[in-house]
Amino acid sequence: MQLLFWLLTLLTLGSAVMVVYSKNPVHSILWLIVTFFGISGHYVLLNAQFLAIVNIIVYAGAIMVLFLFVVMLMNLNMTSVGIKNKWLTFAGVISGGSLMLILVAALKDASEMRSQLAMHTGDIGLINNLGMVLFKDYVLPFEISSVLFLSAMVGAVLIGKKSENELVNQ
Amino acid sequence: MTLLAFDWAFTIEKAILIAIIISISLVVAMYATYAERKIAGFIQDRVGPNRAGPFGILQPLADGIKLFFKEEVTPNPSNKFLFILGPSLAMLTAMMTSAIIPWGGKIELGGRMVDLQVADINIGILYIFGVVSLGVYGMMVGGWASNNKYSLMAALRGASQAISYELAMGLALIALLMLTGSLSLRTITDQQIHNNWWNIVYQPLGFLIFFICSLAECNRAPFDLPEAESELNMGYHQEYSSMKLGFFLFAEYINMFISCTVIATLYLGGYDMPFVDESQLSGITALIVGLLALFGKTFLLIFVFMWIRWTLPRFRYDQLMNLGWKGLIPLALINMVLTGAIVLFMMK
Repeated sequence: MQLLFWLLTLLTLGSAVMVVYSKNPVHSILWLIVTFFGISGHYVLLNAQFLAIVNIIVYAGAIMVLFLFVVMLMNLNMTSVGIKNKWLTFAGVISGGSLMLILVAALKDASEMRSQLAMHTGDIGLINNLGMVLFKDYVLPFEISSVLFLSAMVGAVLIGKKSENELVNQ
Repeated sequence: MTLLAFDWAFTIEKAILIAIIISISLVVAMYATYAERKIAGFIQDRVGPNRAGPFGILQPLADGIKLFFKEEVTPNPSNKFLFILGPSLAMLTAMMTSAIIPWGGKIELGGRMVDLQVADINIGILYIFGVVSLGVYGMMVGGWASNNKYSLMAALRGASQAISYELAMGLALIALLMLTGSLSLRTITDQQIHNNWWNIVYQPLGFLIFFICSLAECNRAPFDLPEAESELNMGYHQEYSSMKLGFFLFAEYINMFISCTVIATLYLGGYDMPFVDESQLSGITALIVGLLALFGKTFLLIFVFMWIRWTLPRFRYDQLMNLGWKGLIPLALINMVLTGAIVLFMMK
């Protein structure tokens, strides 16, 4: 188990670094897929098979395919991504740094959380328990987030839709 | 050292089982090519392959040897690593899906209960979805790495088709899962054996949607747009030659075999032989009867796949997208809501 954990960690972090350092955007995306597999492996180690497989279906299977779509259609390659904006880098560092700060603050008490998890025999990630928690204890936040997704979808359709005039002209 | 404290007998048992299942899938896929040509011949009033061996039975071997001996060409502007990764991924994902299909009940062999299923994981059918959604990468990576505009267009087409039809497939499946209450394929099969009725009786519309989506996921005609010769020369594997091309074509046949097995397991009772009470039979007879039933259903479905291919013309791209998004998805949603309402009503 310990060995598997370290192997997976190495894989996840290594491929995450490769995402950043790859010159070619397509390679970056492929490395990101490897990263998702590493994360799914960690979920399996935590006995959360449902989360692991949903992570693969949704992120590696659907979202990354769309990423690949965009990059392949726009035909980005090594020469065209040479644009370096100093302010963009600056903003990236600040936002990344604040995300890390929040993550560290949230995981500060992780050792206490771990003892709680162990008491629940570690099967919280199985589909029955997850369904119970999601549709009983957290049903309101769950529904609100789904409405949020819906609104994003409606917005995308609205932006993508041609206006009446354009349709007449065609 | 915890690494060496495995249950070695268990490991060896599973390894043998995996080897058997993979060789069976390969042989079935090999002879599916032969069956396809024979059926095409029958439908078009021709003879089909009849030169190699009696009735042309050695034709797939001859084709395989031919593919191996062809010159291997890697185009100069292509991305070498990804060019090889494409067909490998296609083959890998095609092989991986067979891991959770229950091929038969448990049998006793030398004092051990041997389970004819590589892994009975509690997410069952979702695992198949995960692997199928990764199957797109073989095509996309291969098509992009070829550095050919036709290959790229075909790869993008194939991927968008797969994503669109995966949605309707998932919705059809949700309705089925409401009835079974379990994701494990073993449990779903057992329920069908004990209820006496197969799931197709409860979910006729779901079965139809699932079947159509499987056709699209396997890139079979009338959904074979990624290979539309008249528009895209030869599709995403245009630059491939020799066994790399063979892998792409072969993976398609393995996918067809596995998806037919999945349909048989989900909707047609799996290894349940109709009109036979399996519990009355002894262990080894029940096993043989079960295997015959499962393979019989699978081969029948494969025949229907081929029948459709040689009967219907190919869809146009807009027709394909209209059918997926405006036809199948609303139908699957209605099916899901109706099933949910009936399940809720029956529980009260």
